Order: sequence, then structure tokens, then C-alpha cells
Amino acid sequence: MKHNYDVVVIGAGPAGLASAIEAKKAGAEKVLVIERDREPGGILLQCIHNGFGLHTFKEDLPGPAYAQRFIDEARALGIDFMLDTMVMEITPERLLWLSSARKGYFSIDAKAIVLAMGCRERTRPQIRIPGMRPAGVFTAGTAQRWVNVQGFMPGKRFVILGSGDIGMIMARRLTLEGARVESVLEVQSYLSGLMRNYVQCLEDWNVPLHLRHTVKRVIGKNRVEAVEAVAVDEKWQFVPGTERIIPCDTLLLSVGLIPENELSKKAGILLSAVTGGPVVDQNFQTNFPGIFAAGNVVHVYDLVDYVSEAGNQAGHGAALFANGTLAKPQKSIKVNAGKNVRYVVPQFLDPQALKDEAIVLQCRVTQPIEEDVWFEVRSESQSIVRRSDRYARPGEMVSVKLTPSMFDDVLKAGELFLDIYAKSEA
Amino acid sequence: MEEKNFICTACPMGCKLIVRLDGNEVVQVLGHRCRRGENYGAQEATTPKRMLATTVRARGGLHPLLPVYTSAEVPKAKMQEILAILRDVDITCPVKMGDVILKDIADTGVDILASRDL
Repeated sequence: MKHNYDVVVIGAGPAGLASAIEAKKAGAEKVLVIERDREPGGILLQCIHNGFGLHTFKEDLPGPAYAQRFIDEARALGIDFMLDTMVMEITPERLLWLSSARKGYFSIDAKAIVLAMGCRERTRPQIRIPGMRPAGVFTAGTAQRWVNVQGFMPGKRFVILGSGDIGMIMARRLTLEGARVESVLEVQSYLSGLMRNYVQCLEDWNVPLHLRHTVKRVIGKNRVEAVEAVAVDEKWQFVPGTERIIPCDTLLLSVGLIPENELSKKAGILLSAVTGGPVVDQNFQTNFPGIFAAGNVVHVYDLVDYVSEAGNQAGHGAALFANGTLAKPQKSIKVNAGKNVRYVVPQFLDPQALKDEAIVLQCRVTQPIEEDVWFEVRSESQSIVRRSDRYARPGEMVSVKLTPSMFDDVLKAGELFLDIYAKSEA
Repeated sequence: MEEKNFICTACPMGCKLIVRLDGNEVVQVLGHRCRRGENYGAQEATTPKRMLATTVRARGGLHPLLPVYTSAEVPKAKMQEILAILRDVDITCPVKMGDVILKDIADTGVDILASRDL
């Protein structure tokens, strides 16, 4: 059967662009990126703030510039783009059904596919805020798109629920554009985004952060008029008597991101209940041979540089698969989230792959630890590797590297476990 | 002697810094765990600086706004002045990433650059 493409990448955000570039460099001849927007770049295009590329380029770039470098490289390499085109369905046989205003409904087939659809924001129904349902409740990312790309302000007085990075960054952005941000409310007892964003986005602009607080009620008939904020206890139950009405016209939600896997689900790809993304091996290959996944579609990252790295790996694997040179798995061992770990990616790995090169395990801690910690990989019977750090926080992804010197230990392990614990507990 | 408190952002660690000042002279930085932290504390206490990213009006492009950023950090105290200048900027597309939109903004010696092609 003649394939239209060697590697087809779904999504032209940072994961998709890096995948396509690496697939091409690794020997895939015909590489295509499909994007539903009118231009490549993904969400980076609306992230106009700095802080991107410190690892990848050793420079402090705004989001659009980070994307532009990858777009320019992809174009220079002769990678095809199909813009303004929606992927409607993919099959385990790697046939893609597409729809676009220009070409209608059509299909293409690929020797390998990389899923790079990114993630989506959690919305009001997903966190069930009681009260009225007026206009003026938006996700922080929607507001970001309006303010930074389309050029209009969604309101004048804001309350932001959730201390995620996008929420804090929008608090600064809205302040710079002349709006007033009354408060950022965070239900947990710790910040969910990065400390740098707390300092530069909230502290710098005198935006108060209230930990262990949430919205009890949205008030307003046609438009938001106020929110009722309330303190919560450890179980997130409202503390009576702490209610406070905050007048505002807009409530922004920055309450988490979920990998976007409608296509994966429909195709029958195995998803993790914890990450919401596909279960993958060390090449970021899903349970369907030839279908890879990279970036926020697998699990939500905190830094784009790591998304690009994941894209590299998935794109490399896809190119080798398309050329028939990707090593067939000999044995697959499970990588488990151990003590105080929410999840680990990849969920499976082939020990043989460790013979030639390192495998990086990425994970998220469940409960923050503000003292010296160990990140430890072990089998059921022995420790394989551990490294230390000065803290572990849910907002920051943690990685632990397995190197070829650990090959023997990993090979004889039935399963692997990753634990995170305070040194004082060891 | 005056004391100022900061959270260090030189790395993600977030050390709590205490900077002792005599007038505008840094006497001592406490609470840091590395050299970068010490420098950060001293800078924050005297002339805090930040990168600034915003948008300017653009005509003839795919979008009505062009994202721009400062070529280096600018004094925090100059932020509002810089924003006021940029509110009056009106550029015509096409623009290439890295194009200088304004030179030496608000006498900072820093240029305003286009963040993308448009």
C-alpha cells in the first residue's frame, strides 16, 4: 500500500513542531503537520510573556518567538503544513480522516502518527461553582487569547480562581492593560504555579493571593457583579463566617489543564486515568504500534522546553518506525508511581532500550515537601538509583534519569517504582 | 539600617532573602544559597529590573496586534512610562521576528523587538 506520508503530526504547537523537525532529521522523507488554526505555533502564540527557551536556546524569549524559531526551521526543512484543517478521526491502521473548508472531508494515510494535540483548560462545570450563571466567567487562557492576540479586554475588575501559571500571568497582563485584579484565590494551601510567577506577576503588581480560599457563589444576573469568596479547611469544606463579597465584572478560572484526547479515545488508544493522556513507552509510543504521542497530550508540563524534548523523542521514534528500523520491544516492564508520586511517564519501558541510551522518567509529586528530598527508582527488592534535591513541589515536574550502567538491575526488575520522600524520613 | 524581604527568582528554589541596606547601599544579603541569589537580592533592593512583554497595534496582518518585548531587562520604575509610549505605536505589516519596533525606549538603552513574524 502506498502511504501519503511517512510521518503525520497532529497539532502544530511546540510538541508537534519539534516532532516534525526531528522526524525529518531522523530520515523520514515526507513529513506533514496538520493544524486546526490558521497558522502554526499553538498556544505559544498567545503566551506573549518572556521566560521561554532558557533550556533550549539559553535565551529568555517570549512564547511567539520560541514558536517562530521552530516554525522557521520546519519550513526550511521542507516539512508540509496543512492549516485550517481538523482531524476528525484516526484509526489504529494509521488512516486519518480530515475536514477543511477548502478541501472538504478527505483522508490521508501515514506510516507513523504523532499525537500532539496539547491540552485544554478545565472550565466552570468541571469544578462546579455554585451561584448564578451570568456572562463574565472565562478560562484564563480564553482571556489571554482575547487580550494578546485578538485585541479586546474581557472586563475591568477581575477575580482569578486558581494560582496556575496562566492565571498569575494574566493577573499581570490585565494590570498592565489598565484593569484591576482584586484577588487570586487558591483552594490548596500552596501555590499551583511557579514561584517566579508569584513574584513577578502578583507581588510586583500588588495582586493579593489568598491560599485556602475559593469561590462560594457567583453573583449577577446578566453579567458577573461580584463573587462570594470563602476560606476552606484541609478537606476543602467552606469555613462558615469567612465569606466575603468581592465586587468584580469578570471571574477567570485557572484551575488546571487536561490533555486533549478525543481523537485518541475514539481510536481506542489506552489512556491513563491519572494523567488523562495515552499510556506510553520510552519512545513515547502508545499501545498502537506506529502511533506516538508528545507533549501536553501525554501529561501537562510546566516548561515548554521539556515539551520540545518530548517532541524530539516521539518524532525520532516515529521516523524510525516509518523506516522500519525501530527496535521491536523484547520485554515491557511497568513503571509505577510509588510513594508520594502522582504519576510517572513513561508508564512502560523496554529494558533493552537502556543498553544504548539513557531513559528519563518524568513524574509529579503528590504532596509538597519543603526540605531535602530523595527521588528514588527501585524494583520490588532493591534501590536502582536515587538523586537528591532541596524540595519537591507539585507545580514542578521532576525527572530521574536511568542510565545504561543500570541496565542489569532494570532487566531483572519485575516492575519499577518511583518514590519521593524527605531525607529526614529515610 | 533598613531591611527588605524578597523571594529569590534566580532559580525555581524560591529562597527567602533579607537584604540590609544603608541608604541605597547594600550592606548584607541573607538567606541566599548561591552567588546568583546574592546578586539577585542586591539588585532587587536597589534597582529592580524586569523583562517587559506587551503588544502594539498592527495593521495589515493576520491579527490586529503584534506581540513585542524588551531586548533586555528594564527598571521596574520605568514600566508605566514604557507602556504609555507603546500604547501610541501603530505599525504596518509585514514585520519579521526581531525587527526593532522602537530604539532606546524611555532612555533605557533597551530596544523594543517584534516577538514574531506578522
